[in-house]
Amino acid sequence: MPVRELTYVEALNEGLREEMRRDDSVIVFGEEVAASGGVYKVTKDLLKEFGPKRVLDTPISEIAIVGAAIGAALNGLRPVAELMFFDFAGIAFDQLVTHASKMRFMSGGQVKLPMVVRTQYSLGRAYGSQHTQFLAASFMQAPGLKIVAPATPHDAKGLIKSSIRDDDPVLFVESGALYVNRTYYGYKGPVPENEYLVPIGKADVKREGEDITIVAVSRTVSEAMAAAEQLAGKGISAEVVDVRTIMPMDYETIIASVKKTNRLIVAEDSVKTGGISAEVASHVCEYAFEYLEAPIIRLNSPPMPAPQSAELERNYMVTADKIVSAATRLVG
Amino acid sequence: MSSKQQLLLSRDTLLSMLRKMIEIRMFEERVERLYREGRILGPTHLYIGQEGVAVGVIEALEEDDVVISTYRGHGHGIARGVPMKAVLGEILGKSVGTCKGLGGSMHAPISAEKNIPLATAIVGSGIPIAVGVGLAFKYRERRNVAVAFFGDGAVNTGAFHEALNLAAVWKLPVLFVCENNLYAMTTPLKSVLASESISARAASYGMTAYTALGSDVLEVYETTSRALERIRAGSGPAFIECRTYRFKGHGAYDINTWYRPKEEIEEWLRRDPINMLAERMKAGGLLTDEDRKKIEDDVARQLDAIVEEVLNAPVYDYEKLPSLVYATPV
Repeated sequence: MPVRELTYVEALNEGLREEMRRDDSVIVFGEEVAASGGVYKVTKDLLKEFGPKRVLDTPISEIAIVGAAIGAALNGLRPVAELMFFDFAGIAFDQLVTHASKMRFMSGGQVKLPMVVRTQYSLGRAYGSQHTQFLAASFMQAPGLKIVAPATPHDAKGLIKSSIRDDDPVLFVESGALYVNRTYYGYKGPVPENEYLVPIGKADVKREGEDITIVAVSRTVSEAMAAAEQLAGKGISAEVVDVRTIMPMDYETIIASVKKTNRLIVAEDSVKTGGISAEVASHVCEYAFEYLEAPIIRLNSPPMPAPQSAELERNYMVTADKIVSAATRLVG
Repeated sequence: MSSKQQLLLSRDTLLSMLRKMIEIRMFEERVERLYREGRILGPTHLYIGQEGVAVGVIEALEEDDVVISTYRGHGHGIARGVPMKAVLGEILGKSVGTCKGLGGSMHAPISAEKNIPLATAIVGSGIPIAVGVGLAFKYRERRNVAVAFFGDGAVNTGAFHEALNLAAVWKLPVLFVCENNLYAMTTPLKSVLASESISARAASYGMTAYTALGSDVLEVYETTSRALERIRAGSGPAFIECRTYRFKGHGAYDINTWYRPKEEIEEWLRRDPINMLAERMKAGGLLTDEDRKKIEDDVARQLDAIVEEVLNAPVYDYEKLPSLVYATPV
C-alpha cells in the first residue's frame, strides 16, 4: 500500500475531507472553521470544496454549537462541531454531559446521536491556565460519550473517519502540541494513500518491549516514544501502549502488555487527581494485580493550574526525561 | 378573537382540539391523584391550565415537523398523539412507558415516532437543540419546522440567547414557543426580567415575535399558523410568547399557596382554556353541554382502564440497561 508522510493537521484535514466526499450528511461548523480554515488549519479549504451550506462559521456560542450538533444529529445529519480549545467545553458541559451522553439512554434507546465534537488541548504551547487543560478525565464520568484522542497522523485520520461514521456522540480530542511541535513523534508520520479506518475502542502497541509497559495518551505518546529510545540505550526495553480511545478504554491490550512486562507506568496529561492514569492504574490493580512485580507509577501534571511561562510549563508537563527516570527506578 | 375567525376551522377540528385539551386536563388530574397517593415518585410537573398552548401550537404543525419539549411536557405529548398509556407508563416508571421507564415524568413525551426526540429536564437547554434540528431541515431543503417549547424561566439562560441568535443569523426554520406562565418555580417573572417583555427581547435578535393569550387555543393556533407560514416561506425563525398560567404548583409537590396572589389565580381560572373554547363553540351552535359531558365521560373511562393497566405493568429488566447506553457498543 503506497504511503506518504503527512502532518497530524494534514491527516485530520484529509480525514474530514474524505468523509465529506463520501457522505453528504456530514457538515462541519464551529468558530473560525470556514473562511479562515481553522485557527490551526485543520479545516483548511473545506469551505472551498464543500461550500457554505456544509462548512459554517458560528458566533462565539459554545452552548449553541454543541446544541446545534445534537439537534442536527437527531434530525439525520452527521455533524462535526469544533470547540476551539478543550477549556471551552466547560461552557458546553450541559450539552455534552447532560444531553449528548444521556439522551439515548433516557429515551429508552429511541434516539441516536451520530455526532462528533472536535477539540484540542494546548499543553506544551505556553497558552496559560485557561487555554491548556486536558479535560478528558472529566468526561469519563459521562457514559454514553465516546472519547477519542489520536497521537499520530495515521491514527488521527483513521479515527476521525471512524468517529464520523459512528452512531454515538464522540468527543474527539486533538493535541495542539502535535499540531506544531516538529520534534514530536506524532507531529508527522506515514499515512497510507488508500482508504483505511482505525477502530474506536482499540489501543495500539506503538513500540514493543519486554521490561516495562508505558501506557500513554495523546501528546504523551510522543514523550513515551522518545523515552523508550533513551531507555533502550540503557538496556531497558520499554513497550509503549497508545490507548487511542479513552472511553471505552481497551483494557485487554493494556493488561496483555502488563502480563508480559510486569511493570507499568501510566503517563498522561490529566491533572493527577482523578486523572485517566488513576482509572487505568486501579483497573490493572483490580484485574491483573498478580502480574505486577513493582508498584505502578503515574506520571501526570500536578494538581495545580498550568503556568504560562514556557519554562515553568516544561516542569509542569510529563516529559520523556520524567518517564526515563521513573522507568529506571522501576526496573533498576 | 372574533367568532368569525373561529369558524375558519371545521367543527371536527374544533371538537378534536377540545377533546385533546380535556384529555390533557383529566390525564394530569389522574397524575396528581397518583402522586398524592404515593404511587408516583420523583419530579412531576403538571400541565393543567396551559392546555391551550400545546394544543393550539401542535394542531397547526405538520406531522413531520419536530417538537422539542420540556419537563412540563405531558401536554405536548398528548397533544401530538403520543398514547396516554405510554405517557402514564413513563411517569410511573414502567416498561410500557415511552422511554421504557428510564426517563420518568420529565421525559415522558419523548417519542421518535411522533417526532418528539427530546423533552429536556434542564431549563433552556432544549432551545439550541431545536436550532440544530432546524439546521438539518434547512440543509435538506425541507419545508419542515423545528419547534422548541420552553417556559419564562428559560429566557434568562445563556442557551436561550445563543440559540435565538444562531437561528436568526443562519435564518433557520425554528419556531420558539415561550409558555410564559409568569413564575419560574416561585420566582415571579417581573423580578427577573428588566426587558419590556419576553417577545420584545426575542425580537431584538432579529426575528418576528408574536404574543398570544395562551388560554385561547384558537388565538394560539392562528398565531402559530401565521408564524409557520413565514418560516416555511424561508424568512428564518419566529417567536411566540404565549401568556398562560399553571393552575397547579411548579411540581406536584408544590401546593401552590404562598407566592401567587389569590386574585391573580382567580383571574386566570376565569380564563380556563377548555371553558373558553367550549363557550365559543356553544355560542356558535357547535357544541352542547351534553356533547362536552360525553367527551369527559369517554376520556374518564379510557383513563380508568389505562391507570389500572399501567399500575399492573412490570418495570423494565435492569439487566438490559447497559445495552441502551451506546448505539454501537465497542
